[in-house]
Amino acid sequence: MTTDRITRRTLLATGGAVAAAGLSGLVVPARAAGLAPTRSMRGGSNNYRPDAPIVERIGGGGFWMSGTVRRAGDGAPLAGQRIQIWAHTTEGHERDWHSHGATLTDANGVFRLEMPQIVPAFGQPHGHLAYDSGEFETVFLRPIMGSSKDKSLEAHFVLQPV
Amino acid sequence: MIWAVLVAVIAVPIAAAAASPLLAWRSPVYIAAGFAGVIAMAMLLLQPLAAGGLLPGLSAYRARRLHRFVGGALVSAVVIHVAALWVTSPPDVIDVLLFRSPTPFSVWGAIAMWALFAAALVAALRTRLSWRPRIWRRVHTSLALIVVVGSVVHALLIEGTMETVSKVALCALVVGATVKVIVDLKVWSAAARRDMKR
Repeated sequence: MTTDRITRRTLLATGGAVAAAGLSGLVVPARAAGLAPTRSMRGGSNNYRPDAPIVERIGGGGFWMSGTVRRAGDGAPLAGQRIQIWAHTTEGHERDWHSHGATLTDANGVFRLEMPQIVPAFGQPHGHLAYDSGEFETVFLRPIMGSSKDKSLEAHFVLQPV
Repeated sequence: MIWAVLVAVIAVPIAAAAASPLLAWRSPVYIAAGFAGVIAMAMLLLQPLAAGGLLPGLSAYRARRLHRFVGGALVSAVVIHVAALWVTSPPDVIDVLLFRSPTPFSVWGAIAMWALFAAALVAALRTRLSWRPRIWRRVHTSLALIVVVGSVVHALLIEGTMETVSKVALCALVVGATVKVIVDLKVWSAAARRDMKR
């Protein structure tokens, strides 16, 4: 996630690297000790509306945004962290209030929020996620879907304590 | 015959874009922004054909008038494209114009836009610049080439309202026509003047 130009290919490669790092972290716990914080992606904060309310789901649902939130350094899962999500979907543009919502991570640091189907906008089918609650440093992500027909999208946060 | 093919090649991509399912989930301003881009891409095919005198039935004078008119229309279409995208999502357009967007295609679009403005500017100021004709041609043609390459890469990398087959076909024709005209007119050859259609 430190690349400057995020294409589908680098996203897949990064995703694969993150998955590999996660797996090797399980196998060799010593490696997790140096877990680096996730850096914000370019364009991640576009059309951000601070303080989106925590919702059961955004709009009519049908699409799942999910991911994990861990602490930088030791990789410990972070429970109860508020993740804000928005996108251009079948029900509205990114900047529409009703396109925004937030959810909390569970005891395992996992979040999952149902939302309307994301459709391509500004040339790519993509979503936006934010951690912006103050306890850790703010991170904005802008993951891209491998295919605009996908019914789900993942994004993972490693947060740096302030 | 050439005119019929040309009309089809220009009309089909626009019609195919008009049938895009994405339109159902976009505001009118965003739709207008997309179509301004699609129409500009289609008009781009006319430019080399008019400049090279490849349009049958048009005198050199009429072809040159057409080239000038379409050039002005292209500038207008690109201005509408960018302005309407700005209204739709200001931060995304600001990122593009500052060359810090996460989407690679937008950089190509921005480069093509500035090259188009520059090509139009040297055309508008042609008499006032009083460059030697050969120099002016090389500058204008170089800028036009940047417009064509930038626009084609921009369009091909986008997942948007344009239908893939008609988009690729239109892009291939734009590149083909541009290369043919540049070769035919021998823009970069010292002995080019006998071919000048002015």
